[in-house]
Amino acid sequence: MKDRKGMRLVVVGHGPTAHRLIETLAGRGFEGTVTVVGEEPRPAYDRVALTSYLSGKSVEDLTYPVPDGVTVRTGVRVTAIDRASRTVTTDAGDSEPYDVLVLATGSAPFVPPVQGRDLPGCFVYRTIDDLDAIRDASRDARAGVVIGGGLLGLEAADALRGLGLDTHVIEMSGRLMPRQVDEGGGSVLRGHIEGLGLTIHTGAGVGSIEAGPDGRVASLVKPDGEAIEAQVVVFSAGIRPRDELARACGLEVGERGGIVVDEGMRTSDEHIYAIGECALAGGMVYGLVGPCNTQAEVAAERILDGQAAFTGADMSTKLKLLGVEVAQFGAMSGALDVTYMDPVGGVYKRLFISDDAKTLLGGICVGDAAPYNALRPFVGKPLPGAPSDLLFAGAGKATVDLPDDAQVCSCNNVTKGKICEAIADKGLTDVQGVKDCTRAGTTCGSCVPMLKQILVKSGVDVGKALCEHFPHSRAELFDIVNVRGITTFSQLIAEHGTGRGCDICKPAVASILASLGRGHILDGEQAALQDTNDQFLANIQKNGTYSVVPRIPGGEITPDKLIVIGEVARDFGLYTKITGAQRIDLLGARVEQLPAIWRRLVDAGFESGHAYGKALRTVKSCVGSTWCRYGVQDSVGLAIALELRYRGLRSPHKLKSAVSGCARECAEARSKDFGIIATEQGWNLYVGGNGGFKPRHGDLLASDLSTDDLVRTIDRFLMFYIRTADRLQRTAAWLENLDGGLDYLREVIMEDSLGICAELDAQMERHVSTYVDEWRATIEDPDKLRRFVSFVNAPGVPDPSISFETERDQIKPVLIPLEVTRR
Amino acid sequence: MTILDEMPALAGHWTPVCSYTDLLPERGAAVLVGDRQVAVFRTFDGALYALGNLDPFSGAYVMSRGIVGTRNGEPTVASPMHKQVFSLVTGVCADDPGVAVPTYPVRVTDGTVEVSVV
Repeated sequence: MKDRKGMRLVVVGHGPTAHRLIETLAGRGFEGTVTVVGEEPRPAYDRVALTSYLSGKSVEDLTYPVPDGVTVRTGVRVTAIDRASRTVTTDAGDSEPYDVLVLATGSAPFVPPVQGRDLPGCFVYRTIDDLDAIRDASRDARAGVVIGGGLLGLEAADALRGLGLDTHVIEMSGRLMPRQVDEGGGSVLRGHIEGLGLTIHTGAGVGSIEAGPDGRVASLVKPDGEAIEAQVVVFSAGIRPRDELARACGLEVGERGGIVVDEGMRTSDEHIYAIGECALAGGMVYGLVGPCNTQAEVAAERILDGQAAFTGADMSTKLKLLGVEVAQFGAMSGALDVTYMDPVGGVYKRLFISDDAKTLLGGICVGDAAPYNALRPFVGKPLPGAPSDLLFAGAGKATVDLPDDAQVCSCNNVTKGKICEAIADKGLTDVQGVKDCTRAGTTCGSCVPMLKQILVKSGVDVGKALCEHFPHSRAELFDIVNVRGITTFSQLIAEHGTGRGCDICKPAVASILASLGRGHILDGEQAALQDTNDQFLANIQKNGTYSVVPRIPGGEITPDKLIVIGEVARDFGLYTKITGAQRIDLLGARVEQLPAIWRRLVDAGFESGHAYGKALRTVKSCVGSTWCRYGVQDSVGLAIALELRYRGLRSPHKLKSAVSGCARECAEARSKDFGIIATEQGWNLYVGGNGGFKPRHGDLLASDLSTDDLVRTIDRFLMFYIRTADRLQRTAAWLENLDGGLDYLREVIMEDSLGICAELDAQMERHVSTYVDEWRATIEDPDKLRRFVSFVNAPGVPDPSISFETERDQIKPVLIPLEVTRR
Repeated sequence: MTILDEMPALAGHWTPVCSYTDLLPERGAAVLVGDRQVAVFRTFDGALYALGNLDPFSGAYVMSRGIVGTRNGEPTVASPMHKQVFSLVTGVCADDPGVAVPTYPVRVTDGTVEVSVV
């Protein structure tokens, strides 16, 4: 056992806990072989985020990466464990020998023995396959019932509501979420959920489930005889550990199920561990991601001969369900308590305190969970302030200082001390760095605002200042320019900055001025702010020549225009290539050739493609319903309309978009800053997608929008991004760093929670109505044209350092050997 | 290649290159002096500076197209290719002080900009 080099580790079950185990082992350089056998047809995925699958996340988005060197067998079930020969047998007919076996078989939803529970239309809520089946069944359904009003039950109810069903929830106990809230919290929570149109039945059981004439579920009858119409029934009445394999091979199991393990997560057989929801640790089965992750880490440590121990876990929870924040931490009772209840605003908060009124024991929050982050670390410790103040702790600025041993991230068990240590040792400067180094904030994300505060308190300048010339962030400069009506860089730096700027702040301010419609980018002083690409309205290439990219909206172009591009390229000796954005790049133009090239292009009806700017690039499209036999909407028409609407819009970084005419997604819209996918009813809008260095699929912001609603939503999304993003921050990173994320974005731009939508609309309207083609304006202005020369004292002489050779029948730059002058 | 001793200009070697008004505040312009490419810059306060136009990091003659600014109060230009910042006064690269571009004397006579390249 000590020689881990040849150790054969077999893991049964491939869920989040198994993933955490193999990831931890891989990260610690485990040298043995690892084989994971999982019965689901796919590798482990994020079950906490399961419901997001129904609102547009793909299986790939949710799937965890498999560490190198690990063998994962999906769709294979272990049927028996032979402890004597140390092998497991699978339903694939083979066996796997092991030196160490880890059982991570998870749990199965508990389905109470009611009549009709096996009818078609009855489901559980645990796997992606379950969700696919629920979605299919919901297509022709009108109403659904969820049995169980706990955390998972309400999540399932949210899913049914999202699928358009009239949704009922049946809960045995007297209130919703009985494990997390008390009676007062339960009634406030119920008020919120009923306000969304769901029907709640508490203190209710299930008499029977009745079939209709088609043999499928038609209704659910309560013991009191009341019948609830439902074509879909979801059982979410608790979980049972999957301990059948352990039972069959004689491992010790608990009276009510669960594989008995010691502090090191080892079962009654020293070669077998059990972790996650199948394990009974200290008499408890843990169903929350945080404790399960800790168990996985403890088992990994023990396999590596370490001494880690699992001695229980913080069962605190904070979540947002159906738009309501719910949080519970520490104990749910105490000698003394302080309660705040606002039934009108739908807020309930209660803190439990020891009888000497000195120690915080726990708390419950519904409707406003701000105290959770601030107070959870103080459970069992002296109260950090007057109880009445603490009820409102966490609102606005941090009001309390955390002790070092306070747990900040409960999903990954990271303390404040660990985070501070990482910040100091590794010189971390941002939240992403803290996430990468400590894992804090990487699971549910609720502690991210706290990570920011800790960074600030650790004396880290969170990098807000744009550069040495401005102490402001880009978003702050945007507000200053907007509110104060500033029109020049000189005015801005004189009043709000120092020095004369640099290559960081000048283009950033130029972009802000352009976003706010303060004139042509080469007018007056603005010209000197632009990066070389914007100065010459073309993209600089490695030999100092430029590329020319005419706009081809939606990728649609006439033969005549194609011929013009070909002729221009031929006449000016340019290299041509089709870009990834459905347009044509002409490369190798000298700076003095640009005006003549563009005169030809403008005469033929082309406009600047803004390939050189931090601006809208292209709105790519598939061929759409006009030609494609699968298309359900005119994707080309919409792409052209959007490209013409947002052309020339300056933004913190480049903007890409695409429109797909059906769910086959040929335009790859989900990899764009804003992507649109046609549905039978309208358009689905995805935002925050990105290709590039760190690919990210866009998140579904809204579904089945009419074209008008779609355009208004994109208008506001873009303007809100332009107003608040950091310099060179793509929408993907912006969205990931936005406090409150997608929900917050929806509130701001779809529900107008900040009251700024009218202003965002007006700013976009101004952009659309004042747009002029930058290249046309340039070739019509002799003053601007004067700058397009090789040498001011020899405008007729081309730069002698530029030369070309031929490759595959086109030009290719000849590069000058580099001669760096070292002193 | 050493460039340090090019600095002192000899009287009589001034070459007129353009009129002062051809230069825009906080921008550069490329001029050809013999077969040498020089980037001439006019800063916000009206002062002139001249550097070699070759960006030593990329090998392209593009320094005149960089963004003019200041670093700790000293006038600078950032290469448009990969944004290394050079002092307009000394030619030394602020991001990599082992690298420098040549500097040339420049002056205005009767509204005409003159550069001295020995």
